[in-house]
Order: sequence, then structure tokens, then C-alpha cells
Amino acid sequence: MLSSTTASSNFHWNLWLDFQNMWQYAFMQHAFETGTVVAVIAGIVGYFVVIRRLSFAAHALSHIGFAGAAGAVLININPIFGLLVFTSGGGLAIAGLGRRASSRDIQIGTVLAFMLGLGVLFINLYKGYATEAYSLLFGEILGISSSDVIITLIVGLLIIVVVAMLYRRLLFTSLDEDVAEAKGISMLTMSICFMLLIAVATSIAVQVVGVLLIFALLVTPAAVAQRLARRPSTGILISVVIAVAATWFGLFISYYLPYPVSFFITSSVFIIYLIVRVLELRPSFLA
Amino acid sequence: MPERSVTKTQLTGHLIQAEQLAAGYGNRNVWEKANFYVERGEFIGLLGPNGAGKSTLLRLLLGLLPARSGNLTLFGKTPRRGNSRVGYVPQRREVDNDSNIHALEYVRLGLLGNRWGFSLPSQAEHERQAALNILKTVNSIDLAYRPLRQLSGGELQRVFLAQALAGQPELLLLDEPLANLDIRRETQLIHLIHTIAKAQKIAVLLIAHDINPLLPVVDRIIYIANGQVASGKPEDVITSRQLTALYGASIEVLHDSRGRLAVLGVEEALHHAE
Repeated sequence: MLSSTTASSNFHWNLWLDFQNMWQYAFMQHAFETGTVVAVIAGIVGYFVVIRRLSFAAHALSHIGFAGAAGAVLININPIFGLLVFTSGGGLAIAGLGRRASSRDIQIGTVLAFMLGLGVLFINLYKGYATEAYSLLFGEILGISSSDVIITLIVGLLIIVVVAMLYRRLLFTSLDEDVAEAKGISMLTMSICFMLLIAVATSIAVQVVGVLLIFALLVTPAAVAQRLARRPSTGILISVVIAVAATWFGLFISYYLPYPVSFFITSSVFIIYLIVRVLELRPSFLA
Repeated sequence: MPERSVTKTQLTGHLIQAEQLAAGYGNRNVWEKANFYVERGEFIGLLGPNGAGKSTLLRLLLGLLPARSGNLTLFGKTPRRGNSRVGYVPQRREVDNDSNIHALEYVRLGLLGNRWGFSLPSQAEHERQAALNILKTVNSIDLAYRPLRQLSGGELQRVFLAQALAGQPELLLLDEPLANLDIRRETQLIHLIHTIAKAQKIAVLLIAHDINPLLPVVDRIIYIANGQVASGKPEDVITSRQLTALYGASIEVLHDSRGRLAVLGVEEALHHAE
């Protein structure tokens, strides 16, 4: 659809001209705006996901969100609301599993599979089966409306404010749970707050990479950052930079090549991850 | 009841006071009828076999677990969570092998880590300076910029100790800091903890398996076994007669020429108790 029209655009090695050429389209502007907000949020929240070892829970939340999004499509409302409701509910449930939610893989996985199945049913009941399912599963960033951009921006700012308010405690409970608890920080409260943060971050990230590829923005950049950063604040910065760079690169290149944005985003973060892992093998690299 | 105990503690001035204290989980007592006290600045060894309830006592003092019965006061009050006058080093923690975060950042957590909000860059720099100074007091300035995963057991314990000291505590609760250390490092770490505690007038409650590395530094010990708690000077508690009474089975304590103690018969006593 969109890719077939964009593919006809000619790429010149003058990157500034190429950029201007691409920027004249509102859908590309929306994609960059939303993509940037989502990448920043995914970078920040993702860093905590990784240091709290909750990557599987985050992955599961996106699948739980799929059922919500599909349900929303079915009853003809904006999928992002379905995503938000389902991921938040799922997030609360996972927080309710208690400490070490990361070790509750079986329970989380069982619910994940059920929710994905539910999503399949909703999509099936809806007439426009293939297109809707495809964009929920793999993202459809080139089809973002200006109202979606605004929603994403507001939600994104909200997440940043909440993370800033919780920052020290979030970090303490992530890095040193036992001491943090003895210091009077409620594990349950922090866990609930954080699962809700992941829920909301996941919901907006689905627009860009879809539920199946959420790992690429929420986990991989942060996983790289965790291996490199000596300070948590640097870790968050690295994570954000990688997520944003991959998103911009993916959007830019997919404008000129007839392949999906998600593919370019996921491959660029994967390549960065590989490079870091290979460089690590040299003893001097992280010394 | 609480009023009475408050007055009493103020009169005696004990840092920790336990009267007929019982602790446990669910509806089962791990130990009961415990009467002991800890004075300000005292170095106390907390001893006993595995599973006797040594860490349970620390959980009571941290306010993470309520007493099942009896009275426990800390600074004259019922223990509560998040008391900044208490520093805590849990039992040897898992270190994240994927993380590259420096030891200094872990020490920093002990400063303002339990506050809301975040530190602005200038304040963060200030905190790092303070964390460096604390690392200096535990002779570990060289560890500041090394990731935890690269540190040895003894080095980790010094970093965790620094983190606990960051809150300027009056009481340090140390859960098995000597686990997995060789004899030389045990001695070094105990000496370090003792020196700092005396200099800063901090009371220490240190859980250990073996009394011997503690003998040169402890003022008194608390010994938990077989659901009971005894306390006093090591030479008074770790005797054949006292331990036999505590375990309810024959225990023999032997002394070697250098004053070291060997406690024999604990395994059999525990087996017997089951």
C-alpha cells in the first residue's frame, strides 16, 4: 500500500535532499514524531525492564494488549484504548504475582497464549481480518493519524513525569531489592507502578513495531545499554539513543526501499546488540 | 504494655531490648521466650545452626516481620521499616553478570536511594563524592569504578558495607558477611568492621556460622538454637553445659591452645531434634 508509492521515490546520495523529499508527506512527519516519542519512552522504561529482569513480562504484556487492541477494532474504537485497558489489567495481575515476577514465566506465558488466542478470535470476527491483524502484530507506523500523534505525545510526557518522580526508588528496588525493602520502600507499590509504566509504554510502542516485535524497542536497546553503562543515568541515555537512532534509520530507509519499517528497526538494534557482544569478547573493551 | 516497655528502655538505655520475644512465620514459632539486650556500640555475634532463625531476628529488627509475642524495642520503640538509624547488609546477594554498573553507584543508593524523585547532575556529583569518601573508610577506594561482577566475595562485602554505612547508622545488621571468605579475608573483614564500628560508635549484630573469627572482637554473643535464644559473653555461652541445655542434647566444647573453640555434636543434636 504505502510502501508501493514510496518505493517509487528516488534515492540520491544527497541525504539532506532525500530527507526534504520524504518530509513533505504528512504521514512521514507523523511517523517520525510518534516514532521518536515511542523510542524515547521505550529506551527509558526498557532500561528498568532489563535491570529488573522483566523482559518476559513486558513481552507478555504486549500480547495481552493484542487482545485488547483486536477487541477495540471489533467494537470500532481506537485500538490504543483497548491496548491501554488490557495491558494495564495484565500489568496489575503480574504485579500481584508478587516479588520475583520474573520467575513466574509459566503463569505469565499461559495467560499470554490465551490472550493471543482471544485476539485471534476478535480479529476473525472483524471483517477486515488481514490488514488489521497485520498492523497490530507488526506495527503500522506509516498510517498514524495526527490525533494518534497527540495521544502518543501526551502519554509519553506522562510516562516521563512518572519515571522522574519514582526514579530513585525505582532504581533502588531494581538494583538492590532486599536493602530497598528494609529501607522502607514498598515492593508491591513499586511493582504496581512499574508494571503500569510498562503497560502504557507497550501500548504506544505497538503502533511502531507491533506486538510481536516489541522486544526490539523495549528490550534490545536497553540490553545493550546495560552491558555498556557504568552509571544508571548513562544506561538510560544509551538505551534512548539506540532506540531513537534505530527508529529514525528504519523510517528513513523504508521510505526509499519497499520493505517494512519494523524490519529495519528490529535489524538495526539487533546488529548493534551483536556488535557489542562481539566487541565484549576483547578483554580490553569494558575494562 | 508498650508504654511500660518504653519507660523501661529509657531507664536502662538499651539499644535493643527483647522480653519474652517469640518470632516465626504463619502460626509456627521459630524461636520463643527470648530475653536479651544490645547496648549502644556493642559488637554482637549472632550464632547458631542453619535455619535456627538468625535472619528472622534481623527481619524483626528491620520491621519486616512482626513479633509473634513478647516485646522487642529498638531505640526504645517498636522496630519499623525504613529506620535510617539502621544499616543492613543482607546475605550475599546475586550479582548481575550482564550489568556494568560501578560499585560507586551501589554505594550511592545508600545515601538517597529511598527518596522520591531524582538527583540533578550537580547533586548526583555531590552524592558520588560522598560515596567515594565512604568507600575510603572501608579501604575500598580502588573498587569505586569497577563493576560488581568483577569483585571478589570480600570486595563485594566491603562495597555492601559502604552502602550500609552511607546512611550513618547507629546499628549495623550484617547477615553472614563472612560466607565464602577464606580465613585471611574473614579476619581482615572482621577487623575492618570492628575498627569502623568502634570509631563511629556503631552497634553491630553480625550473623556468623563460626565463633572463632569473631572471638577477638565480639563483646557478647546471641546464640539461637533449637527454638531458644541464649546470650552473654562467648566464654559463658559457648560451654558444654550451656549448649547442651540449649540444644537439649549432648554438646561438647573443646578449647585449643590458642583459645579457639570447637563445638562438637551439633549435627547429631539437630538430627535428634528432628
